[in-house]
Amino acid sequence: MMFEHLHENNRLQLLIGFFIGICFGGLLYISGVTEYNVILGQLLLTDFTVIKVMLAAVVVGMIGIYAMKSKGMVELHPKPGSIGSTVIGGIIFGMGFAILGYCPGTVAGAVGHGSLDALFGGVTGILIGAGIFAAAYPVLNEKVLSKGTFPSMTIPDYLKINPWYIVIPLCIMIVVLLAGLEYFGL
Amino acid sequence: MDVTPYIAGAGIGILSWIAFLLSNKPLGCSTAYTRTSGMIEHIFRGKKTDEKPYYQKFAPIVDWEWMLVAGVFLGAFAVSVILGGFSLEWVPTLFGDTFGYDTGLRLVVALGGGILMGLGSRWAGGCTSGHGISGTLQLAISSWIAVIVFFVSGIVTAFLLYGVLW
Repeated sequence: MMFEHLHENNRLQLLIGFFIGICFGGLLYISGVTEYNVILGQLLLTDFTVIKVMLAAVVVGMIGIYAMKSKGMVELHPKPGSIGSTVIGGIIFGMGFAILGYCPGTVAGAVGHGSLDALFGGVTGILIGAGIFAAAYPVLNEKVLSKGTFPSMTIPDYLKINPWYIVIPLCIMIVVLLAGLEYFGL
Repeated sequence: MDVTPYIAGAGIGILSWIAFLLSNKPLGCSTAYTRTSGMIEHIFRGKKTDEKPYYQKFAPIVDWEWMLVAGVFLGAFAVSVILGGFSLEWVPTLFGDTFGYDTGLRLVVALGGGILMGLGSRWAGGCTSGHGISGTLQLAISSWIAVIVFFVSGIVTAFLLYGVLW
């Protein structure tokens, strides 16, 4: 891994995180996804901006991350998951996504451009929800989160194949999908 | 064809390279809310807060991801001011045109949605950034499942809410 010395400099890391966040917030705002109308438009399937932004980020990000990984420059961090955690939590997340109309990243951007419902409703609610989860965690962890675990690895590691056999066809599929959206004027 | 979403998306992809390279971290947002929630709880309950197992996993401190979310706020604020898009708004137009421009109603709905969002993102172990972008671009199994569930559940809820099918 490169820059290991840098990774251990905690103060500098906070500054790097802040700087990356500023760029992230600016890009989210420019793309339009910090707006309730755009997020709900995506979930109502009338505006495909959210999917376009996410898939463009995935294609560019994936090629770069796997290129750097093949040179030993970065390490991957696939998250663990399970039916009890990822699927049940994901269903709750999706309901919140549609009812609130922002997600934890875009809500911060929405507050930034003046959305007061994002500040007083969204951020407050997310903090309460996160607090409820922390309170319920011991019970949930024992009874729900551990049910039906997935391998906490990447798809190519699981299939034991060269990652580029997944990366390249997936990028082509995504580009074709995006071209299809544009072709149909979505 | 509007290329803005693709350029912004590609920029976010490049930011994820920088985050992996310089910080050995994927872009993510939802743990910042857990930590903030812990900080607020700490004011009222002191050391008892730190004993909670979840706050031992995610200590109530300002970390890299917390600074990232603070940066998202500042970045969106700065760019919206520079481009002249900043404006104070209580009720988004799509919501207002459908359910009325009632600030109280919008706040209650947003608060309820926010609670589900805070609960669900930590329950699922990530959000639209951590699972939806960073996890999927690493080809993580759990993140591809998460993002599909996020959108299926979100689309079903939005259709029910806006009465698309009835």
